[in-house]
Parts: sequence; structure tokens; C-alpha cells
Amino acid sequence: MSEINVRQALNDALREEMEADPTVMMMGCDIGVRGGPFGVTLGLQKQFGAKRVKDTPISEPGYTGAAVGAAATGLRPVIEILYSDWLTLCTDQIVNMAAKMRYMFGGKVNMPLVIRAPFGAGGGVAAQHSQSFEAWFNHIPGLKVVAPITPYDVKGMLKAAIRDDNPVMFFEHKRSYQMKGEVPEGDYIVPFGKAAIRREGTDVTIVSYSMISIRAQNAAKELEKEGISCEVIDLRSILPLDYETVMSSIAKTNRVVVCQEANLRGGLAGDIVAEIIDRGFDLLDAPPVRVGAPNVPMPYNAGLEAICIPDEENIKEAVRKVMSND
Amino acid sequence: MSNICKNMRQLLPNLKPLKAPSGLSKAKQEDMLYKMCAIRAFDSRVKELWMASEIYGLAHSYVGAEAIAVGACEAITKDDYISSTHRGHGHTLAKGADTKAMMAELFGKHEGLNLGKGGSMHIADVDIGMLGATGIVGSGMPHALGAALTSDILDNNTVAICFHGDGGTNQGVWHETINMAAAWNLPVIFLIENNQYAIATKLEWVSKEPELYKRAAGYGIEGVLVDGFNVFDVYKAVKKAVDKARKGGGPTLIEARYMRILGHFVADDQAYRDQDEVSDCWTADPVERMKEYLVESETFSQEKVDAVEQAAKDEIEEAIDYARNECTEPPADTLYDDIYANGEVII
Repeated sequence: MSEINVRQALNDALREEMEADPTVMMMGCDIGVRGGPFGVTLGLQKQFGAKRVKDTPISEPGYTGAAVGAAATGLRPVIEILYSDWLTLCTDQIVNMAAKMRYMFGGKVNMPLVIRAPFGAGGGVAAQHSQSFEAWFNHIPGLKVVAPITPYDVKGMLKAAIRDDNPVMFFEHKRSYQMKGEVPEGDYIVPFGKAAIRREGTDVTIVSYSMISIRAQNAAKELEKEGISCEVIDLRSILPLDYETVMSSIAKTNRVVVCQEANLRGGLAGDIVAEIIDRGFDLLDAPPVRVGAPNVPMPYNAGLEAICIPDEENIKEAVRKVMSND
Repeated sequence: MSNICKNMRQLLPNLKPLKAPSGLSKAKQEDMLYKMCAIRAFDSRVKELWMASEIYGLAHSYVGAEAIAVGACEAITKDDYISSTHRGHGHTLAKGADTKAMMAELFGKHEGLNLGKGGSMHIADVDIGMLGATGIVGSGMPHALGAALTSDILDNNTVAICFHGDGGTNQGVWHETINMAAAWNLPVIFLIENNQYAIATKLEWVSKEPELYKRAAGYGIEGVLVDGFNVFDVYKAVKKAVDKARKGGGPTLIEARYMRILGHFVADDQAYRDQDEVSDCWTADPVERMKEYLVESETFSQEKVDAVEQAAKDEIEEAIDYARNECTEPPADTLYDDIYANGEVII
């Protein structure tokens, strides 16, 4: 075991997979010489060469499409979209091509493609650099969508994503790169579709993922002082989503709060609540409560921005609300 | 050339007399004729079958463009890749796909090339290097670039031909793809099928410079104009570009200029076009030109040419008979198959 940060975990995963498999290659803006805008790919071009770690022009649709073509013809490309907000640029290639080619072609193509996309809010980067689009991609059959947050999960899930034969949307929280955690020596993967229970509890289930799962754990600690016992689930994988773990927790607590960092309308939390109702309405002692951002473009001003990032207080409020309903 | 009307010669000054390159074997020329006739028969019959409601959905005819797909695909091998357009039947046939499986796909059958899940607009055969038709103009372009990246990284000396239309040349991804291929010196041949129309929109209405091959200069690569109604002219230009690409010479932009003869899709009556222009196009019919050339040049007898054409037509009729009478509907329990790899189902 060693303690490393998320940035190093990503870098280690990429290096190890590229060492193990000569068909793994990477593309993105500034990922080579500079080592990526967040330093995630530092040193990889030096080790693997400019053919396999390619600095691209600012052509997101073009290099995403090139990755689709490369995946269809025998490579395992990992591409980086500098800020996930710019996935809008390459959505045609992801949604209409990568996600659907296997199906449209009767199963006769492989699509081992990873799209890394730093996402999430904070830092005053305003409306075009703060968004969380996981719900959009969750809507698309043929994609997988993951958003791990601990260094252990980040490393294990990126390795799993690279070995997966399907297109994977890999959402890294851009405020998480310095966060540290224990990671074992040697090779391991964290399989998709398995949630982690970060904290056990008996009164209410808090479903969360990525950065807001950290805030949910903080909130749970504070709520314990109020005598409320929260079970915090970190989904890690959004598509597929581990409803077994979610439902068995709700069977125990009978109450649920679902958290997301994105603005609420059309979001993942609403979809998860709907699924919970379909699967186990009778388990619920109170209406489920959602936590998410207000439906506004992210403002620049730090004070206004803070209103738009759901935090521990919002989660505590939601838990109190779900507890007050009998 | 003598049969081509004056109007067409004025509209397409790039038309050239057919002339087989020296050293091109008779077998190869026969294969070219056969494939052109097969594409013509396939898409002529598809239009009829669509009108008779035997084929569902949408289909875009390759009739009139046969010289381009055949000329280009004869210049590469089965290990090379092509990316396609919404008008993909010709590319698929020219790359060597099975006509029965193709027709079964258009009939939506389980035995179809794509198990009845793709249809005309997504017809694909990746095993023979055909990376798939696509219903979104320009979207197939970067896939050829990706195939060239694979060639470069695995060092397997394959090339990729990127078929696209004049409509596709005004998508942003056209620029991005050609720029990257040029910057990275990758083995891609960008082949514009310039049929002058994006559905009803004339190229000259939306492009100040309609001589599309000239755009190559902006990317630092070679641009070539060829007669898109002339299989040998296409073949020669593509062969040269392929040879260059295999030697590490990078991409070439080839404009195969012709004119769409039929409508944009099978039921388009082209009411928006000058009807004289449409009928004039037929005087440059690439299949007729090829047949005439082969007889006039004494490469083959008239009987031989007729027999090759008939054999191609017969193959297509057999494919229709197969699709119509021997194939089955996809079972409902195949609905979730192949959304994900290795049998994984996520509901």
C-alpha cells in the first residue's frame, strides 16, 4: 500500500495499461509534451513516444471520431476532453457512432474506447467549465458511464475501462486531483456496476457519486451528532448502476436521499428516484429527496457559485427533511 | 465521349475519354465491369423494391456513382479500410461484401449483414474493411483517420479511403480530419464524390470555390481532380495516392466530380432540378461508358460484355430471391443483443 493522489492514480493506470498492451494509445490537447492541463499524463509521451501519446489539434469532434475509427480497427484509444463541458463538441461521434456501431452493425465491430472528461464545479471557471453531463450519457444505450472519486477506485476503474470492449465515459472530478488515498501495489481492477458503501447506517440511505459522495460522508458524520444514522453509498459506476446495493440499503433504512452535483432538472438523481420507486415503492416510509444544483448556468462570482454547488448543508437539510416525513 | 451531350460536357469539363492504364489485366477490367453492373442492378432494384414497399425505411441510391467506388476499391486490398457515407451500398459492394447478406439486411432480415439492425443507412462489413455507412453527413470521415492511426501504430502498412460527398466537405469535421491526417502524414485517401448536390442545395450556392480539390493546398497536401463518371480515371488517381501513402507520403485529396443522376433518396423526384440536366446526365452514364469502351477498345466482345452484365444482374436477382423467400424476421429476443460486447445486457 502507498498513499497517492488521484492524479498519480490516473497516471499509474495509464502507464501500466500502456506497458501491458501495445494497442493502448492516447489522444488529447496538450497531453503529450505538457503532460496534460491537469498533469494527468505527465511523462507518458516520453515513455511511450509521440505515436502512442498524441498531442492533437483543438479538434474534439475529429479526434474523437478518429478514436472511434481506431477502436473499430484494433486499437484501444483513451482520449481526453480537456473539460467535460466540451463533450458537446464531440457528442455526435460518441452518441451516434461509438455507442451505436456495435448494435447497428449486428455485433460485428468492437469499440474499446475510453473518453476521459474532467467534470464538476468549483474554482470560478464559470458556465462553460463547470458542468456535469453524466445524465446525458447515461441516457444513451451502448455507453458505460463511471465517476469514481477515491485514488483506489480511480486507478482500478480506469484500468477496467481500458480493458472494456465498450465505449466508456470516464468522469474525473477536476477538484479531486490532489485528493489522497491508499492504493495497493500491483495490478488490480475495480469492476463496473458495483457500488461502495462508504459508511454504514440505519436511518437513511444517501446515494451519491464522485465529489458529492465525499460531502455526503462529511454530512453523515455531522448528522450522527444529531442522532441520525446515515448509510452513504458511492455508486462509482453510473451505467451500469448497482441497484441491488441501493435497494438492499433502502430495505434497511426505508428512507433515501439521492445526491448529484449537476443542476437538478433532467438529472441522474431524478432517474435514480424513479427507478427506486419502480423497484420498491413499498419499502419507503417517506418521499425520496433529491439534492442537486439550482437550474442556472454556473455564475462566475464566488458567492453565487457557492449557491450552485450542493454541499454538506444541503445534504443535511435533505436528510432532515426525509427524516421528518413519516 | 462522343455520346456525352454538349450541356454535360460544359457542366463537367473534367470528363475524359476512358482509357485503361497500361498493364491493367483483362481479369481486373472484367471485375470492374462486373462490380459496376452489380451496383447498378442492386440499387436499381432497391428503388423498385422500396416503391413496392418491400424495403422499409430510407435508402440512397448509388446509381450513377459506380465508377467511383469501383475505381477506388480496385486500387486497394481486402486488408485496407474504407469509410463510407449515407450512400453506402456501392462502397460495400465494391469492397466485396456478400450481395445476399446485403439484400437481406435491406429487407430487415435476421440473416442480413447487420442482423437486420442497421438497414441501408448503416450497412457495414468491418471484417472486409468496410467501416460502415452512416446517416450523418461527414461523420464517417474521422473513422478513416482512425484506421490510418491503427495502420501507423501497428505498422501494418494498410491504407484507408475516406469516401464522402460534396455536402460533407462543408462539415467542420471535414477540416479537422484532413488537417490531422496531413499534420501526422497518415495513409488516408480523401475521396470526394462531388455529385454537385446536397439533397437540393447546389454546391455553388454554399461554396465560393466549387473546385473542391483546390482546398488541398490549404492542408499542404496534393489535390487531384478526376472524372467521376470514368472508372479508370478514378482508379489511376487512387492507385497513385495509395502507392504514395504506403510509402509514407501521407494523404491525398481526390475530387471525383460527376453529377447525381437520380434523386437524393429512392423516392426523391428531384422536382427542384432542371429536368433537362437530369436527362443530360444519362448521356455520361458510367456503366454504359465502360461497356462501350471495353467493346470499342476490343478488350472484350459485345457478347462477353453482355454476359458479364447479365451475370451481375442474375446475382442481384438471386439475392432478392434469398432475402424475400429464404430469410427470417429477427426474433424479438434479439432486441438487446449487441448493445454491449460479450453478451452483456444492461437494462
